[in-house]
Amino acid sequence: MSSIEASFQLDYPGFSLDVNLRLPEKGVTALFGHSGSGKTTVLRCFAGLNRAPKGRLVVEGEVWQDEGNGRAKGIFLPTHRRPLGLVFQEASLFPHLSVRQNLEYGMKRSGNKAGDGFEASVDLLGIRPLLERGPERLSGGERQRVAIARALLTRPRLLLMDEPLAALDLKRKLEILPYLEKLHDELDIPVLYVSHAPDEVARLADHLVLMEEGKVVASGPLMETLSRADLPSAFADDAGVVLEARVEGQEADGLTRLAIPGGRLLVSRVEAEPGKTLRCRIHARDVSLALTASTDSSILNTLPARVAAVVATDTPGHVLVQLELAEGVRLLARITERSRAALGIGPGLAVVAQVKAVALLA
Amino acid sequence: MFLTDADLQSIWLTARLAGITTLILFVVGTPVAWWLARTRSPWKGPIGAVVALPLVLPPSVLGFYLLLAMGPNGPVGQMTQALGLGTLPFTFWGLVVASVFYSFPFMVQPLQNAFEAIGERPLEVAATLRASPLDAFFSVALPLAKPGFVTAGILTFAHTVGEFGVVLMIGGNIPGVTRVASVQIYDHVEALEYMDAHRLAGVMLVFSFLVLLALYAWRPNGRK
Repeated sequence: MSSIEASFQLDYPGFSLDVNLRLPEKGVTALFGHSGSGKTTVLRCFAGLNRAPKGRLVVEGEVWQDEGNGRAKGIFLPTHRRPLGLVFQEASLFPHLSVRQNLEYGMKRSGNKAGDGFEASVDLLGIRPLLERGPERLSGGERQRVAIARALLTRPRLLLMDEPLAALDLKRKLEILPYLEKLHDELDIPVLYVSHAPDEVARLADHLVLMEEGKVVASGPLMETLSRADLPSAFADDAGVVLEARVEGQEADGLTRLAIPGGRLLVSRVEAEPGKTLRCRIHARDVSLALTASTDSSILNTLPARVAAVVATDTPGHVLVQLELAEGVRLLARITERSRAALGIGPGLAVVAQVKAVALLA
Repeated sequence: MFLTDADLQSIWLTARLAGITTLILFVVGTPVAWWLARTRSPWKGPIGAVVALPLVLPPSVLGFYLLLAMGPNGPVGQMTQALGLGTLPFTFWGLVVASVFYSFPFMVQPLQNAFEAIGERPLEVAATLRASPLDAFFSVALPLAKPGFVTAGILTFAHTVGEFGVVLMIGGNIPGVTRVASVQIYDHVEALEYMDAHRLAGVMLVFSFLVLLALYAWRPNGRK
């Protein structure tokens, strides 16, 4: 039973939005799409900052909006009556208040006068040394951390994040990502995370909603959804899967051995205890196929797999092959149509997937 | 004494008139500026033009209409008489009413600019932190628009001090009641008391310069 149900239809000149969503009650749901796909508009509808005339939004049984059923009087909670937290893309701290006053602004107004969770949030986001400063004396990454803490201190039932890293440079991004991961592990409220950066999504999300031109084109658990071969062409160039890997041990020659369902991977040394779980991402373009395991190749990582499906891509002469490593664990490979024909690749065939690169995400 | 008692009386009257007008306009002008800054109504244009009218209208024209409206047969005059207040022309409060109209754009336009410069975002942020629109106005919009309020207050006060044509139309020239500094200077000149006119005019000149100096020297980004 999903805890958040949303349905929004909007018509603007040159853009229309038609979205029906069910989100799980826990975990991070990434709303992913290219700019102009309508993902931020969806988030603003959740927050009540945009109003879809016939929208419907139910959060954990509580109706925030219901105007689509033709009754004379619908329900639309204004933003300030919705127990949500929103982190905007760019700095949104009040410039006339100190960091501490910014945090208190939301606390006071959400009935959290006692400051429940103040110490924990301040430590979680590492902003204790900043409390007495003004926002103009913070870096971009520090501002976003304060903004996240400020949102959490209103004790929201739903946390919305609108590309919170998009305005930061790479260094600041890398500085703030570990905090977001901690948040992901420790938060027990649903998070809706809008992003157009595949790496952020792969690192942080549990569920994935793909949007294109105002519509949801795919939605489901992250790993399952990413391994679908039938995604729209806009996403095919970046096609790739995310796998959970467990650290098995360190090799003497500087590599780390990881276990994934249905096989093993060797990657450059990761400083992690055996047993730790890591996320890794494998691009379809980094996977090639062979019919037999070869011993005379420089490619270290070869995984036995079975072909599940073959679909055409937008790139002429190329196909996307969906492979099954183990029950429900899939890999995508992008190969040429010529190779496919030469090797006779089709559903059910046993093949060996040669993985040229593995990106570790955490 | 450098200034005559009558001069001092006119300066005090001018300051009182400008001060009261500014205070009233803070209260009346703020909601109008807020509305103009944020509305998408088709009335924004016409209302904005009406607000700006005193900028281009000869003060005598404005004074003439106000005189008619507040006179015994005008709508405002009828109302004030019905309330037992008599009529407003040739009283201090008549001058206050006229000055409120006359200085309206000097309050509204800087405030409108300040509110527009804030943009939607801080108010949206406030709403996501559970601030009602009224709460957000007082706790976010007002503090962020503070430089606009300082500018608007100074401009309104100074512009009311410089008022002459409207005062003559509405207030006439009653010592201690409606004879403000600008009228007092006019009287001195009419009576060929050039030295007296010089002194008072000099005071006004220095005052105006200092006000403008304060306005240009005070810049919000000079904050700590």
